[in-house]
Amino acid sequence: MTARLRAPGLHRGLIGAALGFALAYAIVLPVRAAQGLHPVLDGDAVTIVGLLSAPLGFLFGLGAFDYWFYYLTGRPTRPEDHSGHGARSWKDYFRVNTDHKVIGIQYTVTSFFFLLVGGSLAMLMRAELAQPGMQFVSTDGFNGLFSVHASILIFLFVIPVFAGLANFVLPLMIGAPDMAFPRLNAVSYWMLPIAGLMMMASFLVPGGSFSTGWTAYAPLSTDQPIGQLFFTVGVQFAGASSVATALNFLVTIITMRAPGMSFWRMPLLVWANFSTSLLVVIATPFIAASQFLVLLDRALHFHFFDAAQGGDVLSYQHIFWFYSHPAVYIMMLPGFGIISEIISVKSRKPIFGYRMMAFSLLAIVVLGFTVWAHHMFVSGMQSWIRIPMMITTAIIAVPTGIKVFSWLATLWRGVLHLDTPMLFALGFLTMFVIGGISGVMLAMIPVDIHVSDTYFIVAHIHYVLFGGSLFTIFAGVYYWFPKMTGRMFDERLGKLHFWLTFIFFNLTFGPMHYIGLRGMPRRVADYSQQYAGWNLFISLSAFVVGASTLVFLYNMVSSWRGGPRAEANPWRALTLEWQVSSPPPIFNFDTVPTVVGGPYEYGVPGAVHGVFRKPGEVRPPTPAGGGATQVARE
Amino acid sequence: MIVIGLIASAIGIAVALSIDWFPIAGSTQAKKVDTLFDVLLIASVPIFVFVEVVVLFSVWKFRMRPGDELKDGPPIHGNTLLEVVWTAIPAMLLVGLCSYAYVTLRNIEHKPKHEMVVNVTGQQFAWSFTYPAANAGAKPITSTQLYLPKGKSVKFNVRSKDVIHDFWVPEFRIKIDAVPGITTHYRITPSRFGSYPVVCAELCGLGHSTMRQTAHVMAPADFQAWMQRKQAQASKAT
Ligand SMILES: [Cu+2]
Ligand SMILES: [Cu+2]
Repeated sequence: MTARLRAPGLHRGLIGAALGFALAYAIVLPVRAAQGLHPVLDGDAVTIVGLLSAPLGFLFGLGAFDYWFYYLTGRPTRPEDHSGHGARSWKDYFRVNTDHKVIGIQYTVTSFFFLLVGGSLAMLMRAELAQPGMQFVSTDGFNGLFSVHASILIFLFVIPVFAGLANFVLPLMIGAPDMAFPRLNAVSYWMLPIAGLMMMASFLVPGGSFSTGWTAYAPLSTDQPIGQLFFTVGVQFAGASSVATALNFLVTIITMRAPGMSFWRMPLLVWANFSTSLLVVIATPFIAASQFLVLLDRALHFHFFDAAQGGDVLSYQHIFWFYSHPAVYIMMLPGFGIISEIISVKSRKPIFGYRMMAFSLLAIVVLGFTVWAHHMFVSGMQSWIRIPMMITTAIIAVPTGIKVFSWLATLWRGVLHLDTPMLFALGFLTMFVIGGISGVMLAMIPVDIHVSDTYFIVAHIHYVLFGGSLFTIFAGVYYWFPKMTGRMFDERLGKLHFWLTFIFFNLTFGPMHYIGLRGMPRRVADYSQQYAGWNLFISLSAFVVGASTLVFLYNMVSSWRGGPRAEANPWRALTLEWQVSSPPPIFNFDTVPTVVGGPYEYGVPGAVHGVFRKPGEVRPPTPAGGGATQVARE
Repeated sequence: MIVIGLIASAIGIAVALSIDWFPIAGSTQAKKVDTLFDVLLIASVPIFVFVEVVVLFSVWKFRMRPGDELKDGPPIHGNTLLEVVWTAIPAMLLVGLCSYAYVTLRNIEHKPKHEMVVNVTGQQFAWSFTYPAANAGAKPITSTQLYLPKGKSVKFNVRSKDVIHDFWVPEFRIKIDAVPGITTHYRITPSRFGSYPVVCAELCGLGHSTMRQTAHVMAPADFQAWMQRKQAQASKAT
């Protein structure tokens, strides 16, 4: 019994969490007593410290830091210790695992769990909004619903699910045996459920969940019940997870490419995650800072955002959006990568303008940091800032346009396999163009002044994040499902899922453009009678979108359990992840591949991307990424 | 295909312009914003139609037929001319649209020679409107409803007592946040009689969706009469 409790795992994790919470009491009580504060036992103060210490205790207990702890204390460690690597039973998915394939699946499944949570909250919102007046929840309860909905779907679904898919696919794609820092990778994953459960738990605390939107504008957010802190601290864990993964991707991509894989031979998914990781590493500390400032304002009265005490209210928004605009691209660029893979493979043609596709990603990274104040055209900031921000925002449509046109040109004269991944890719193209167009409209200051904070914004963001990101995620999940699970999904259910989602998505979010322009503000629990008809229509359509997710879930679960066995390369793709078995061997490659050509040479007679030499064969020592031309000429 | 694209664009533009996207135009600024939006629609529809036509045409023309399962497309890697074209044309279009938006912005924020001032104060969860003595006569007047004379430019000075709110009358098309610690402002000229909703557009707490009042646009003579009545009430009170 004690042995079981002392072994790393969920049991010890829960004990660690309890000890962490006890530590919060141990810190808070003496400090308050020393300060002469009354009462000495303050639930608020303990919760704030506990929100930080209990998760760290959980991670310790789980064994996330065991190896480093052993190293630190001089106990024996083995660098080649693979005991935490790979999954032999389903139980291995519930412990600290260092295999990027296991972590990729952990990430993806956890994120989809949070998609269901966030989606269910949306269903509750649409039920309340189906009719004017209040029916099911209080106004504050409603504010809580949309706040948790957005926070969960942004921080616990879209951002991490891309990290999950890339975690599984990217090391395989570049011919690496794993990520550069497998133990850090495991820690990154385990911070996610912490952040998600924290945000969900906010519904249970006195005063209800946080209800200031995912934007948590100060000074509203500095003067809220304790639930607000579950967002403030939850974001820290989600952000830390995101930064650690991004660093991991950057180092992996830079140092662990197979011989012959020069930057210009990397698949565009790798380029996309390289770009995204740059964004994450540079931008994420800003949202962490913004929330720490809110925490200090609320808990210790620092008055950063208290105008009466000389605070500066607008600075919150500048710091917040300096992360949260690039976050839009963090949630979009990996999807661009997925779409490039699928459109090329399913059109049986090389991607059109490969180098421009990579350059446009980098252009978006740079430009993405120059547009943040377009969220603040009506905020009362210095009015001249609006003009340069309008221009940069419009200009960012150029590299995005290059990508769209290049995908269209890739389709042209191809041999189009219109199966589920491809349908989602084409659906993405359609809806992303609408989201892009409304984005350009929003860049135009006079239009934005009228429609900001209305349903037009709600429509725009959902065309970008649902019609855009989520469609690329669905496309990617279907595309790599055979590789991840070793099974084929049900194609008919996949198509049904696509058509239901595509049609009812448009019926849900299309009309929101209109009611927004007509003057319906967003984030309202109630609205005037004139919008009643459209809102009922939107709610009914939204329920069908919700139901279509069940088709997807059923397909995934039943195919994973009993679908037909997948071949190694069912799509006849050239990239390296398809050159190993499905699912891949535990250390990915039995022999290290050598890359001898581009990743998308479809239609080029005899073209190969990577070759596997037999073990005995002599191989010149080529550094990763270097000597590409030399290898190619062999 | 080009013909289909042109026809579809023309129909798309006609449909898009025939929809009544906006609420009533209640200020001289509103008409300029509406025109800008129409221009944006005219520029956007052909782009959307172009993408859709290419996607649908490819799906119809290039989809895999039975027997083509193992066939590949032609190995086209790119076309520099095409790539230059689809970089340059959108860039020029966007520069044009930005310039026009800038001109519109200058127009709607133009400062006239004569204007009246209304001080708008937001607090959880109501607006109050104060007409300073300079306009109102002996004493400043405070009202919970907004009264404005038609045809006269008005400058709103917007403040907040607690958290951020946003002062918006959809019929006037302009909004601005009420920010604690600073005074923000905008100008409009009411151009149509009527009563319009005053909406708080920035989430400000649990009563946010109920933070609604009314703006009344009336004839200048009626407005003067209202001010005198309020002035009389104010002096009686003291
Ligand atoms: Cu933005
Ligand atoms: Cu409000």
